[in-house]
Amino acid sequence: MTKDGVSEDPRGGDGTVAGGLPDSAKPAIEVHDLTVAYRTQPVLWDIDLSLPEGKLIAIVGPNGAGKSTLLRSILGLVKPVTGWVEVFGAPYRQRRSWVGYVPQRESVDWDFPTSALDVVTMGLYGSLGWLRRPGRKEREIAVSCLDKVGIADLAGRQISQLSGGQQQRVFLARALAQDARLYLMDEPFAGVDATTERAILALLQELRSTGRTVVAVHHDLQTVREYFDHVVLLNMRLVADGPVATTFTNENLQRTYGGRLTVLTQAAEALLGGENPEISNPNV
Amino acid sequence: MFDLSFTARTVLLGATLLGIVGGALGSFALLRRQSLLGDALAHAALPGVCLGFYLTGSKNPLPLFLGALIAGIVGALCILVIVRNSRLKQDTAIGIVLSVFFGAGIVLLTHIQKLPLGNQSGLDKFLFGQAATLLPRDVMIMAILGGVVLLLVLVFFKELRVLTFDPEFGASLGFPMRGLEVFLTVLLVTVVVVGLQTVGVVLIVATLITPAAAARQWTDRLGIMVLLAAAIGGFSGATGALISAGWARLPTGPVIVLVASAILLVSLLFAPQRGMLWASLRERALAARIRRENLLKDLYRWGENAGGTWSEPVTTALVMGFRGHTRQQLTRVARRLDRKGLLSWTDDGITLRQEGLEQAERIVRRHRLWELFLTRRLELAEDHVHRDAEEMEHALTEETEARLDALLGYPTVDPHGRPIPRSISGSDPQRGVA
Repeated sequence: MTKDGVSEDPRGGDGTVAGGLPDSAKPAIEVHDLTVAYRTQPVLWDIDLSLPEGKLIAIVGPNGAGKSTLLRSILGLVKPVTGWVEVFGAPYRQRRSWVGYVPQRESVDWDFPTSALDVVTMGLYGSLGWLRRPGRKEREIAVSCLDKVGIADLAGRQISQLSGGQQQRVFLARALAQDARLYLMDEPFAGVDATTERAILALLQELRSTGRTVVAVHHDLQTVREYFDHVVLLNMRLVADGPVATTFTNENLQRTYGGRLTVLTQAAEALLGGENPEISNPNV
Repeated sequence: MFDLSFTARTVLLGATLLGIVGGALGSFALLRRQSLLGDALAHAALPGVCLGFYLTGSKNPLPLFLGALIAGIVGALCILVIVRNSRLKQDTAIGIVLSVFFGAGIVLLTHIQKLPLGNQSGLDKFLFGQAATLLPRDVMIMAILGGVVLLLVLVFFKELRVLTFDPEFGASLGFPMRGLEVFLTVLLVTVVVVGLQTVGVVLIVATLITPAAAARQWTDRLGIMVLLAAAIGGFSGATGALISAGWARLPTGPVIVLVASAILLVSLLFAPQRGMLWASLRERALAARIRRENLLKDLYRWGENAGGTWSEPVTTALVMGFRGHTRQQLTRVARRLDRKGLLSWTDDGITLRQEGLEQAERIVRRHRLWELFLTRRLELAEDHVHRDAEEMEHALTEETEARLDALLGYPTVDPHGRPIPRSISGSDPQRGVA
């Protein structure tokens, strides 16, 4: 059943099988008829979506479009009014250990009395299960994850002593510790410095090269083409989804953002800049 | 070691126990920003105590504890239900539940007082606490409940940590966050119930929050905070019990709270990092350093304008004129520099010594390098960069200065055409200014 603006099943066009991981014929995420409401206020309407494995996928849309809610629905954190979500062909409950989550950085109190290492170790709580405590092995894994995001030297640092970019890296390291097949990230690039942005991008590309799938809520239209393979355009309803090259078009952006002029200008720039990825690189 | 009566020892044991358990649990309540939840739970427990007495007709602690426990949990559930199903926020829900339950409790209490039973006197001790009425069997029940609570905190520490820091992430891992929230609330109610007889419903929140707030000042680790809060709570309980045993007329509960509050006050003021005193001292030290550096710089500029010679003393009146200092203000700054051998101050006036001259040069160099950076690299207008440089000259580190110098190609003049001093100490790696 195809709803307005839903593109074809992306698996049809691209049959790449992710390296070494089983079950690749299934889409990473299958969303069927999903409607979500907070009280009586609908947030997501009738979403049908199928996201391929092994890609970097951006969820793009204006404020209040339900981007975070879509992520949270996939994680089973919000109860849908109707519809269901499957992750690698099964309900999320059965796929928890395959999924890593990076919430919005502002969602926690960074003055909490804990070290960067402790936060990253939380990524291992799921595999530890009840009662078992993190020990030396977990510590080593956590340090190596901090190392992958380039801040192993800050392991013992209290988290309020970290810069915004470093805090974002801690969250990413925590997700890496989950050693997942699918990563859901809520605005991983929001409010980080240029160095961190490049480091995060490199990390996402490395994840993709090992067959991992990343679905990220993304705000910066200018970098969508440069950073991502696949895009989901969302504004309460699904406007379009598919490979960036064919889906991230002026027409689709207009339909996503409606008549908001400033955003459209930005979108136009993004489209022009599509061939020329240097455009938004503040580096030098 | 103390010559305590049997009663006093019972009270001491009970108060210490309560302090330990309250501190440990309070840490989680504090970090979850639910400090007032404990207060509501305590007030909600009062009708439970009354009903416990009403139904059994005895002051046997078990039914009273049980009644308080159930009423507290019902109160907590009411708060949850209100928050989830209405548009009211949590603080409102807490206020409603607190006052409704407490009101009901008072009504019941008044009603019970009028019953022709004869054994109901003393039930009002639950209002303000009356530790002296603690019996060994009460303390026994407190010990069992408290021990169970501590054990559960220990066993589920990992889960409580994720609940407190990032419940959404915990839920994504598959931990039942709602269930853990209820679990923690039940633990809190238990602590409240444990403390009712000693401290009373009105003050019990202090045994939860005060030691935890004090402990937070001293550490940046959750585990240490919980232990420290338990220690502070236990110490306050013991000290409070001893003090009130020593001065027989002082009520135990309020004294415990006052002891804990004194510890909190000390912690708020003197704890390193978070303490208010150190923060203000650091600020004052910085301000004093900036004043000293400014004086060195002003003296340098004076000599520079006088043709690049710094051997002549500048009269005190002139130096006071640099920044409109009073003699007293100048003395405060110059005295210290004099003692450090950076300048000499005689009746003739003030002269920079060699070391002072070097430090002054460094400050002026940073100022002018920064101005150059702003005009050349950030393309700001020449007449807009001075104020910014006034601040950066005190803030730039040695490393940054070196990088800046290299980036600008080791320049010799600033945007206003004045030389960038490097003759005397250009390659001197000496650190620290004034």
